[in-house]
Amino acid sequence: MTQMTFARAINSGLRKSLENDPKVILMGEDIGALGGVFRVTDGLQKDFGTHRVVDTPLAESGIMGTAVGLAYRGYRPVVEIQFDGFIYPAFDQIVSQVAKMHYRTQGAVKMPITIRVPFGGGIGSPEHHSESPEAYFTHTSGLRVISVSNPQDAYTMIQQAIASDDPVLYFEPKRRYHDKGEVNESQDLSAALSMEQARVVTDGTDVTLVAYGPLVKTAKDAALAAADEGISVEVIDLRSLSPVDFATLEASVRKTGRLVITHEASQSGGIGAEVAASITERCFYHLEAAPVRVTGFDVPYPYSKLEMHHLPGLDRILDGVDRALGRPNSLSGLEG
Amino acid sequence: MFTDDAGTGGISAGGPGNSAESNRRTGGDLLQLITPAGDRVSHPEFDSWVQDVSDEQLGSLYEDMVVIRRIDSEATALQRQGELALWPPLLGQEASQIGSARALREDDFVFPSYRDNGVAYVRGVNPEDIVKAWRGNALAGWDPYSVNVATQQIIIGAQTLHATGYAMGIQNDGADAVAVAYFGDGATSEGDVNEALVFAASFQSPVVFFCQNNHWAISEPVRLQSHIQIADRAAGFGIPSIRVDGNDVLAVMAATRIAIDRARHGGGPTFIEAVTYRMGPHTTADDPTKYRDANELEDWAAKDPIARLKSLLERKGLLTEDFETAVAAKADAVAKALRSGTINMPEPAPMDIFKNVYSTPHSTLDRQQDHYSRYLASFGDPAEAASEEGAR
Repeated sequence: MTQMTFARAINSGLRKSLENDPKVILMGEDIGALGGVFRVTDGLQKDFGTHRVVDTPLAESGIMGTAVGLAYRGYRPVVEIQFDGFIYPAFDQIVSQVAKMHYRTQGAVKMPITIRVPFGGGIGSPEHHSESPEAYFTHTSGLRVISVSNPQDAYTMIQQAIASDDPVLYFEPKRRYHDKGEVNESQDLSAALSMEQARVVTDGTDVTLVAYGPLVKTAKDAALAAADEGISVEVIDLRSLSPVDFATLEASVRKTGRLVITHEASQSGGIGAEVAASITERCFYHLEAAPVRVTGFDVPYPYSKLEMHHLPGLDRILDGVDRALGRPNSLSGLEG
Repeated sequence: MFTDDAGTGGISAGGPGNSAESNRRTGGDLLQLITPAGDRVSHPEFDSWVQDVSDEQLGSLYEDMVVIRRIDSEATALQRQGELALWPPLLGQEASQIGSARALREDDFVFPSYRDNGVAYVRGVNPEDIVKAWRGNALAGWDPYSVNVATQQIIIGAQTLHATGYAMGIQNDGADAVAVAYFGDGATSEGDVNEALVFAASFQSPVVFFCQNNHWAISEPVRLQSHIQIADRAAGFGIPSIRVDGNDVLAVMAATRIAIDRARHGGGPTFIEAVTYRMGPHTTADDPTKYRDANELEDWAAKDPIARLKSLLERKGLLTEDFETAVAAKADAVAKALRSGTINMPEPAPMDIFKNVYSTPHSTLDRQQDHYSRYLASFGDPAEAASEEGAR
C-alpha cells in the first residue's frame, strides 16, 4: 500500500495501462510536457513518448473524432477533456459516433475509448470549470459512465475503464484531486470489484444515502454527524452511473426503507431522479417515505461566491436525511 | 508516428511531393484529361499518373460507372415502389466516385458519406448491402473491416475526423496505408471538417480529403458554403490541394493517385476538390425544381461523366457492340440481383433491437430486454405479437 493523492492514483493507473497495452494512447490538451492542467498525466509523455501521450490541437470534437478513427484502427484512446464545461463541442462525436458505433456496425467496430472528465465544483473557478454534465451521458445508450470517489478506486477504475471494450466516461471529482489515500498498486485487477458495482461504504440501518464522486466524502461525514444523533445512515458510493447497480441499492433500501440521493448536478432529469424512480418501481412496498433528492439547483453553475449554496453540503444532506425520516426539517409543514 | 515533433509551431507542408509547386496548383486550375466532348487532352504533369491505364482498364472504368448508375436508378425505382424508405441518388457523380476509389489499394481505408455508393461498390460492397440501411433493415449494411470501408456517415463531415484519427493510427503502426475521407461541399462548413484539416496538417497524417463539390447541399448552393473556391481553403491549413474535373474519371484517378502517393510516402494530407454536379435530388424526398434552375441541370448534363468516357472509347474504337452488350448485361444482372435481394431481404427479429448496444452485459438494458421478451411471450408467438404491435 502506498499513500498518494487522488491525482497521483489516476496517474499511476494510466501508467499501468500504458505499460500493459501498447494500443493505449493518451490524447488531450496540455497533457504532455505540462502533464495536464491538474498534472494528472505528469511525466507520462516523458516516459512513453509523444506518440503515446499526445498533445492535441484545441478542438474537443477533433480530439473525440480522431479518437474514433484510432479506435477504428484498433487503438484504445484515453481522451482528457480539460474541464467538464469544455465537453460540449465533443458532444456530437460522443453521442452520435462513440456511443452508437458498436450498435451501428452490429458489433464489428468497437469503441474502447475512455473519456476522462474532471468535473464538479468547489474550487472557486470561473464559468464552465465546475459543471456536472454526467446525466447527458447516462441518458445516452452505448456509453458507460462511472465516477470515482477515492484514490484506490481512481487507480483501479481507470484501468477497468481502459480495459473495457465499450466507451466509458470517467468522471473525476476535481476538488478531491489533492485528497490522499492508501492505494494498493500491486492489486490484481481481475479480483477487484467490477466497475459496474456500487459499494456500501458505511453500514447503517435507518436511511440509505446514495452519493458518487465528490459527494461520497461529504455523505460519509454526514453519516458520522447523524450517528451523533443516533441515526444510522448507510452510505452507498454509486461508482457506476450507467448502468446503476440497482441490486445493491435495492438490498439497502429493503433494509432501511428510506432513500436519500445526493449529487452536485442539477436536479431535474438527473441521476437522483432515475435512482428515485427506479427504486420506487422496484421496492415501493419497502419504502417508508418518498425518496429525497439533495442536489444542485436547476440553475446554471453560479459564480463562485455562491457555489457553496448550490453544492449540497453536510447540513443540506442531513436536512434531507431528516426529511426521509419524517423528522422536523427545513420543509416541515410544506406539502410536497 | 504522428507527433508534432517540431513542437514550436510545427504545422508544416513539408515532405516529399508536397512542394510549393503543388500548392500553387490551387487558384482555379481545373485538372482535366478528358473534355466533355470526349477528347483526351494531355497534361504535362498529370499524364504520367495515368499512363498505365490500358484500354481494357478504361473499359472497366466505364463499366463500373454504368453499373453504379444502374444500381442508383434501380434503388430510386425501389424507393418509388415502397421497397426502400429513402434513397440518396449519386447521379452525375459517377466519375468522382469510381475514379477515386479505383486509385486506392486494398489496405487503404475509406470513410464515406451516405451518397458514396460508387465508392462502396468499387470496394466490393454487395449492392443489396448498400441499400440495406435505406430499407430500414439495419443501421449500416456491412462490416467495415471486410472491405476497408467504414459505414456511410450521415452526420455531415463527422467522418473526416475518423479518417484523420485512423491515419494517425497508421502512422503509429509504421504502416503505409492511407485513409480517405469522402464528403461534400456542404460539409466544408462543418467544424469537424475544419478540425480534421488542422489535425491532419499538424500531425502530417496520411489522409486524403476527397471533397465532391456537387454544387448543392440539399437546397443550398455552394456559394453559401464558401466565398472562395473550396480547394483554395486548404492552403490556409498548410495542406496542398488539387481542383479536378469531377466528371472526368481519368483526371479524378490521376489526382487521387497523386494524393495517395504523397500520403503513402510521408508527405502528409492532400485536399482534392472534385468539381461535379448532383443531377438528381438530394434524396428521393427532395424536389430540386423548387430551388434550382433547369438550365443549370442542362448545362451539366452536357458534361455527363459517362457520356464523355463513352465518346472517348468510341474515338479510340473501343466501343464495340460486344463491349456495349456485355456492359449492359452486367448492369442489368446487378440491378436484377439488387431488386430480388432487396425484396427478399430477411426481416430482423424483434429482440435484435437489444443487440450490440454494448459489447458486454449492461444490467439496466438487460432488465428491459428481459421485460420486453416476457411481454412478447405473453402473446404466444413473439414475432407475430411484434408485427401486430408495429401495425398499431
